[in-house]
Amino acid sequence: MATTDIHIHHETEHHDDHDHEHHEGNFWTTYIFSQDHKVIAKQFLITGIFWALLGGTLSVIFRLQLGFPDMNLDWLKPVLGEWITPEGKLDPEFYLALVTMHGTIMVFFVLTAGLSGTFSNFLIPLQIGARDMASGFMNMLSYWFFFLSSVIMFISLFLETGPAGGGWTIYPPLSALPQAIKGSGTGMTLWLVAMALFIVSTLLGGINYITTIINMRTKGMSFTRMPLTIWAFFFTAIIGLLSFPVLFAAALLLIFDRSFGTSFYLSDIFIGGEALPHTGGSPILFQHLFWFLGHPEVYIVLLPALGITSEIIATNSRKPIFGYKAMIGSMLFIAILSFIVWAHHMFVTGMNPFLGSIFMLLTLIIAVPSAVKIFNYVTTLWKGNLIFTPAMLFSIGLVSFFLTGGITGIFLGNSAVDIQLHDTYFVVAHFHLVMGSASFFGMLAGVYHWFPKMFGRMMDNRLGYIHFWVTFVGVYLVFFPMHYIGIAGFPRRYYSWTNFETFSGFADLNTMVSVAAILTLAAQFIFLFNFFYSIFRGKAASANPWNSNTLEWTTPRNPGHGNWVGEIPSVYRWPYDYSKPGAKDDFIPQTVPYSETPESNLPHENELIRLESSGGDGSIIVEGNKH
Amino acid sequence: MTTDIKIVEEAKKPLSMHPQKFAMWLFIVSVTMLFMAWTSAYIVKRGEPGWSSFELPQEFWTSSVIIVLSSISLIWAQVSAKRDNLEMVKVAVSITTILGLAFLAAQWLAWIKMVEMNYYFTGMGSNTSSSFIYVLTGVHGLHLIGGIVFLLIVLVSTFRYKIHSKNMVRMEMCATYWHFLGGLWLYLFVFLVLNR
Ligand code: HEM
Ligand SMILES: [Cu+2]
Repeated sequence: MATTDIHIHHETEHHDDHDHEHHEGNFWTTYIFSQDHKVIAKQFLITGIFWALLGGTLSVIFRLQLGFPDMNLDWLKPVLGEWITPEGKLDPEFYLALVTMHGTIMVFFVLTAGLSGTFSNFLIPLQIGARDMASGFMNMLSYWFFFLSSVIMFISLFLETGPAGGGWTIYPPLSALPQAIKGSGTGMTLWLVAMALFIVSTLLGGINYITTIINMRTKGMSFTRMPLTIWAFFFTAIIGLLSFPVLFAAALLLIFDRSFGTSFYLSDIFIGGEALPHTGGSPILFQHLFWFLGHPEVYIVLLPALGITSEIIATNSRKPIFGYKAMIGSMLFIAILSFIVWAHHMFVTGMNPFLGSIFMLLTLIIAVPSAVKIFNYVTTLWKGNLIFTPAMLFSIGLVSFFLTGGITGIFLGNSAVDIQLHDTYFVVAHFHLVMGSASFFGMLAGVYHWFPKMFGRMMDNRLGYIHFWVTFVGVYLVFFPMHYIGIAGFPRRYYSWTNFETFSGFADLNTMVSVAAILTLAAQFIFLFNFFYSIFRGKAASANPWNSNTLEWTTPRNPGHGNWVGEIPSVYRWPYDYSKPGAKDDFIPQTVPYSETPESNLPHENELIRLESSGGDGSIIVEGNKH
Repeated sequence: MTTDIKIVEEAKKPLSMHPQKFAMWLFIVSVTMLFMAWTSAYIVKRGEPGWSSFELPQEFWTSSVIIVLSSISLIWAQVSAKRDNLEMVKVAVSITTILGLAFLAAQWLAWIKMVEMNYYFTGMGSNTSSSFIYVLTGVHGLHLIGGIVFLLIVLVSTFRYKIHSKNMVRMEMCATYWHFLGGLWLYLFVFLVLNR
């Protein structure tokens, strides 16, 4: 008995499969210079994991200094060489370089390129039903620009004068004057070059993501049927497209100041009693330009994680996401607001207090859409048939961090309170919870959840649980105490606590934080083992291991180039039909038409099935009607 | 053999545009943001003490006229291509290319003039205001070089009969970019005239 689906469309074009399948590439074109979005996604993922390990290691090195100030670090000499002073201490300027590189690596290389690069690339075509990205070539370029940027940033770690040392925000004049610290020499130059390449990579990627989402959706995939992951990637790419050029503008002027003798950011500086030739510049100008990127950047980092979480929480609660449209609306609102709050990073730069109040107001408004999102996550979980996969645990962890860290944002957003808290460990605690840990958990959740689609195998659950609990508890142990240290007034980026009597009371707390940091880093090796072991030895995955609705689970276990073997499936419903009353199963994939599920259709969904006879060939045309 | 026919509602093809053209628009958005950043920075800087105002060299007027002419000749090329008048397309695109080069030459002359007027990009005698002019014109010029390369690609495609009324994508993308660069220059020019 043959079963035929008659889909009669006003067919104008057949999907252009021509140049996709049938190509048998060699090793180089399949794995290295691949234009396939799935391979590029894995390239981003592996590079991101590499950077995450490196960034994590750097942080543990400086936590050793902070937690154990009297420790003899001679045993690090084989790795760090001259950066360990003859007394067995960490070189103070190298400490600054470590902090700078840790921030740069984590914010840009791991949580921007590693996160968006992996999941936007992997999920966009699969979830909207496209054969590949709009331009596979640009996509490949995007990865290789990132790779080149990574190489240059990596090389800068091995310079004799060390990598950049002015903080991830590279404020001039510190970053502009090689005379200031060692880290403002060649290390800074390489930092700027690497970041310029990085921006090119992000823009190439972002243009591709937006183009693909708008123009390459499969039949039936209207905007209101897109999974929230896609919405999140979409907003992220738009924010990136609008803000990264501004960072480029800022960086280029800094390059001119450093290497060509202009004075955009520099004025009236005396070094060793001698005036520098620069006059007329303004360092605050750099801060404005930087934070115009910098604040949107934190949402570039966070939004993809929130999108991933929405998907995972809905799937594993076996419930539709609560407030689908509210989720989209709040992301849109966050995206817009993120461009008009940047000066909350500059409350203490001597800005007009009235202007400060305006930015304070705008900043605090962000709490509203953020709270809407948290509310929706909790209400989705509420009374769901929760399935605690590791991905689910990490997603719930994200919600927890987002809440804890978001609340401290409200403290910081008050310009008067910020005078005390600015540049203290309170800020460090705030952004590590809300941005660092939350996004990191989103990324891990995504890896656990889509691993079966990426590699056709399952990761080990038990190792996943251990990984989750150690990391979750570890993160709170590391960052929660920092609030107290910050309220007490300890400034961030200081090499040592012991020089000030006031802070010696925190010595034990700092030791505890450092121990927790080391344990948390160690727990990541459980993940690494699980990840690489499962790629080769994991249990073979079924086609749809999480009983999920989205399109990627309709592809073969190991989707080839072009993703679907035959025609691309059409989409008939939104992706969150979980536990629909009356339905046979507790999930209805997006590819199931309403006409096949009369038992569970809602009245307005029945109206979408409208019969009509066509004029010409006498066949029956069944037409869907939107709203 | 029985055939089981299922009748389902139609899945509508969502709205979409030509992906490459769309990507071109997004690229234009990012270039716009780049110049927005600089012109905003310029305004901020101008409001601060120590700003020195300046005279713009006459050559910028010349280059503005040239770039407007080049856009007109490109529109002529587009119209000819739509009418499949390929000979005309070749002439018009060539003229546009030459005008583009002339624009760059005019900008270069303007720079020489600026140096004569003691407005330097860097060094002791330089001032942030003059440095800004060099940055704005210089980066615009770099983008324009990209535009000229694009024009040459279109020209070659015309000779290979790859551009005609049924195959306008490349032509249209090139025109979009070129008109954008023209508009961008006029914006920068007016901006500089108004905010000396
Ligand atoms: C309720 C929402 C939020 C508010 C009101 C808020 C407010 C603030 C304020 C006022 C500061 C500046 C503190 C200072 O330097 O004195 C700050 C710093 C920061 N915030 Fe938030 N924030 C919020 C949410 C977020 C989110 C969601 C992220 C990231 C995903 C984030 C990431 C950061 C980062 C990275 C910094 C520090 C940057 C640095 O100086 O290195 N914030 N936040
Ligand atoms: Cu911010």
